[in-house]
Amino acid sequence: MLKVQRLTKTYATAAGPLTVLNEVSFELGRGASLAIVGPSGSGKTTLLGLCAGLDRPSTGDVVLAGESIGEMSEDARARVRNAHVGFVFQNFQLVPTLTALENVLVPVELRGEGGPAAEAEAEALLGRVGLGERTDHYPIQLSGGEQQRVALARAFMNRPKILFCDEPTGNLDGATAQAMVELIFGLNHERGTTLVLVTHDPELARKCGRILRFKSGAVVADELTG
Amino acid sequence: MKFILRMAWRDSRASRRRLLLFSLSVVLGIAALVAIGSLGANLERAIDDQARGLLGADLIVTGRNAPGPEVEAHALALGAQLAKEKSFSSMALFPTAQNATRLVNVRALEGGFPFFGDFVTVPADAPAKFRAGGDVAILEETLLRQYRVQVGDTVKLGETRFTVIGSLQKLPGESSALAATVAPRALIPMDRLEATGLAERNVLVRHRLMLKLPETLDPLAVENEMRRKFRAERLGFDTVAERKRDLGRVLDNISGFLSLVGFVALFLGGIGIASAIHVYIRQKITTVAVLRCLGASAWQSFAVYLVQGFALGLFGAVCGAVLGVGVQAGLPNLFKDMLPFDVEFAIAWPAVARGMGAGLVICLLFTLLPLLAVRKVSPLVAIRSAFAENVGAGRDPWRIAVGLFIVAAVYGFAIWQTTRLRDGVGFASALLVSFLLLAALAKAVTWAARRWFPKQLPYVVRQGVANLYRPNNRTVLLLVSLGLGTFLMLTLFLTRTTLLREIEFTNGGGRPNLLFFDIQDDQIDGLKAASAAAGAPIIVHAPIITMRIAALKGRKVDDILRDQRGGAPAPAQGGPDAEAEDRKGPGGGQARLPGWTLRREYRSTYRGKLESSERVVRGEFVGQVAAGEAVVPISVEEGIFRDMGLQLGDEIEWDIQGVPMRTKVTSVRAVEWRRLEPNFFVVFPEGVLEGAPKFHVAAVRARDSEHSASVQRAIVEAFPSVTAIDLSLVLQTVDGIFTKVAFVIQFMALFTVLTGVIVLAGAVMTGRFQRIRETVLLRTLGATQRQLVQIQLVEYLILGFLAAFVGCLLSVGGNYLLAKYVFRITPSVSILLLAAGGLAVCAVTVVTGFLSGRGITNHPPLEILRQET
Ligand SMILES: Nc1ncnc2c1ncn2[C@@H]1O[C@H](COP(=O)(O)OP(=O)(O)O)[C@@H](O)[C@H]1O
Ligand SMILES: [Mg+2]
Repeated sequence: MLKVQRLTKTYATAAGPLTVLNEVSFELGRGASLAIVGPSGSGKTTLLGLCAGLDRPSTGDVVLAGESIGEMSEDARARVRNAHVGFVFQNFQLVPTLTALENVLVPVELRGEGGPAAEAEAEALLGRVGLGERTDHYPIQLSGGEQQRVALARAFMNRPKILFCDEPTGNLDGATAQAMVELIFGLNHERGTTLVLVTHDPELARKCGRILRFKSGAVVADELTG
Repeated sequence: MKFILRMAWRDSRASRRRLLLFSLSVVLGIAALVAIGSLGANLERAIDDQARGLLGADLIVTGRNAPGPEVEAHALALGAQLAKEKSFSSMALFPTAQNATRLVNVRALEGGFPFFGDFVTVPADAPAKFRAGGDVAILEETLLRQYRVQVGDTVKLGETRFTVIGSLQKLPGESSALAATVAPRALIPMDRLEATGLAERNVLVRHRLMLKLPETLDPLAVENEMRRKFRAERLGFDTVAERKRDLGRVLDNISGFLSLVGFVALFLGGIGIASAIHVYIRQKITTVAVLRCLGASAWQSFAVYLVQGFALGLFGAVCGAVLGVGVQAGLPNLFKDMLPFDVEFAIAWPAVARGMGAGLVICLLFTLLPLLAVRKVSPLVAIRSAFAENVGAGRDPWRIAVGLFIVAAVYGFAIWQTTRLRDGVGFASALLVSFLLLAALAKAVTWAARRWFPKQLPYVVRQGVANLYRPNNRTVLLLVSLGLGTFLMLTLFLTRTTLLREIEFTNGGGRPNLLFFDIQDDQIDGLKAASAAAGAPIIVHAPIITMRIAALKGRKVDDILRDQRGGAPAPAQGGPDAEAEDRKGPGGGQARLPGWTLRREYRSTYRGKLESSERVVRGEFVGQVAAGEAVVPISVEEGIFRDMGLQLGDEIEWDIQGVPMRTKVTSVRAVEWRRLEPNFFVVFPEGVLEGAPKFHVAAVRARDSEHSASVQRAIVEAFPSVTAIDLSLVLQTVDGIFTKVAFVIQFMALFTVLTGVIVLAGAVMTGRFQRIRETVLLRTLGATQRQLVQIQLVEYLILGFLAAFVGCLLSVGGNYLLAKYVFRITPSVSILLLAAGGLAVCAVTVVTGFLSGRGITNHPPLEILRQET
């Protein structure tokens, strides 16, 4: 499903080139789940962004759902993202001017596939994450946990083959985070989605089939959980 | 596409009010363009409809001498109906108004003129009574009003008392406001002219022969034929087509100029929109990044905002068009007194479309400038917002292209509207240079504020100054829009002062302000005594001898004119009249001379020494020669010297009322024409012309208008054929006309200023959205309302002052250029006006800043901190 080959990312900074990722390689099969853990600044977000096709690697390649996206143009990658990728951000990132329902609908409308059927599905998804009553609310009318659940519904709206989550519970309190985690894994399970998750929470990490430990842009441990 | 439209609509939700406010900044510019364009179209139509009525005849033949009988015979042979007119200036005396006198334009009429158009009088039966004959007169309405003359009262013209039978409201033919006030018309029947004794004493009679042609004849063809046939008669011709063309040209100039004023408003509005969108887009960057993460292409996310920009422009254009049409409905009333015809209000759709089109294009171009950055937003911003700041940095070839396109559009529009390359380029360059100067100043200010940051000043001052250079500062926007607004407004005011000063100067201390014309040779001594007795001794007087050029540099004038005509291409159908054709300059091989310099009747004088209003610039002035000198040395005015292509030492042979005289150009004079003193193209020395038939002009100075009236009365009673012009009257008239014109211009300029205020308000509002966080933060840290207000005050005072100051400087430059190159007069600057204007701009800035920034301080902090997540 996801194949990362000798991925390197270097930024040009005022103080010279800064290598954030250094020759990272791994492979992930269909329906598998992976947790990426490591100290702050170790390059986790960078790696996730590259895997999801948000950025271009300096060297190396990423093969996502059979397509090599390393050399693709921005717009081609946008198409791949829309077709195969779901995303949940640490800081939710809902469009503030859209209602919960409209936020969920964006991925299909981008493809020109909006309509009553899509709306019904979006409402069903919002119901699934427990927000069936809040479809017409704007992000500022929702709490952080609720916003993140809308974001999750949006991530599943285009039936992604793979879901990327960057510290999805980082901005949530304990109980809310717990509910969020259950939703992620529940939906993941129901839909057979591949899951890549960045987290600080060891408990959350242990729920994944595999844990990649990161330090200074390199993999220091790659362990399978029971 | 559906996604783009839907997303654009939904995304605009929270900011629709703000977007509409942005679009307000182009509304006034578009309104101005629509109003002027539509008015122009209405005027054009009015001219088309009323053109024949403007002239009153198909063809009018004019001449200094009465057209010979063969001219009349020719016209009659064509089947034309004829009417005749003799006109000249004379003094009218009103017995019912304590014998007050007034310069009038006497028009002796015979025949059925006007053949077309309205001859309107009060009472309406006056034209019929007039044609029945007798000692009757129709006077211009202003005369009746000024001297409280009633129908049935008498007016004395020369030796005859005429009964006033009506006031003239409308008669085809020229009626420029100036002519009508300086010398209002007085119509009398032709057969009563002789009895007045005025015609034979008056040298400057203008003869007109008005023709109504059979429908089958083309007036232009008739004109061309008569021109050829009666070349020796030195006749002038006027046809409906020419009158129409001339009027059209004048109106084009006026509406072109007004359009430019409107365009400036639009341009300013465009800048306002660009900066507002710039701020708007900055707030949308995360949204764009999220859309990109969800798979939107660069084009799709760009298009979402492009659609918003377009909708905004469209809204502005529609509002502008509606407002413009409304304004235009009122404009003809402003122009009414200046136009020789009636204008009916009608919406000119093509003009509306053009105005809206121009508005949309400008709006889109200016929206594109900041909008292009959207394409560059990386989806990474969604996961790492810290790097959002980089957006728009770097050189984007598209941005450069759009920038160049804007420059090209400004130049194109300016050249299109002014119809003259030089004026258009000048205008656009002035605009661009001011823009660049202000933008550079703004950069310098931000740099200086940071470089010499006033560390030791109180906190609020430091905060205010820091606002000048902090991220998202409005320094550039405010300086450019306020500065440009100030510049344009003050330039208009200064130009008005310059023009008025120019006129007032001529009325300055000790200079003559009352001029007597048409003084016969045998009257001059008596007149000297009479005016001295009336308390206004003659300051200057000059003899006038009329003459024509017979030969130039040894070649007969007729030969020169024929050669020039022969060398030129045959006049096209509807061809221009000979004068215009001659003025076109070089054609064929050798340099052509302007025909009028050769054909005109010269009124020259002789003097022993130069007057204070003239000085020699080349050669040497000769004041006296012995009688019988073979080649007389003369002095020529520099303008005509240049036009005629003369050199010092060139010979000119004159025809002085039948007597030939050889002369040689020995000096060139610069003449201050603006002074109301007798000035001449050609000055002869004393000693040769004393015996020629001549008349005189004399100038005196009256203390005030009462004195002026009594001097005029005394002179005219003693010498009925002498005419007088009162400078103060001319001054009043010119000021009156200018006040009207200035009002129209200022009315249009108001659009620019209001646009400036809207842009300013918009900038403050957007600033409020940017600053709200920081203000809230300051408040949570304990800043008082007062401190927050003071911080703003410091910022706006600095910006307002700088904008006003630079705007003032620019307007001084603009006034200088206009005075020098357009009006060709000495620029004058009113410090008081500049100071007042500058202060007003400062005040408006601060007040607008306060009013629109008010809400910023009374929001509960919590609400805002939550909003901005
Ligand atoms: N555009 C950039 N330019 C320079 N350095 C960057 C850039 N983006 C990220 N970095 C650096 O890369 C490192 C890794 O960042 P990140 O992947 O966000 O770490 P993590 O998500 O593990 O906390 C950090 O030190 C960060 O400062
Ligand atoms: Mg991170």
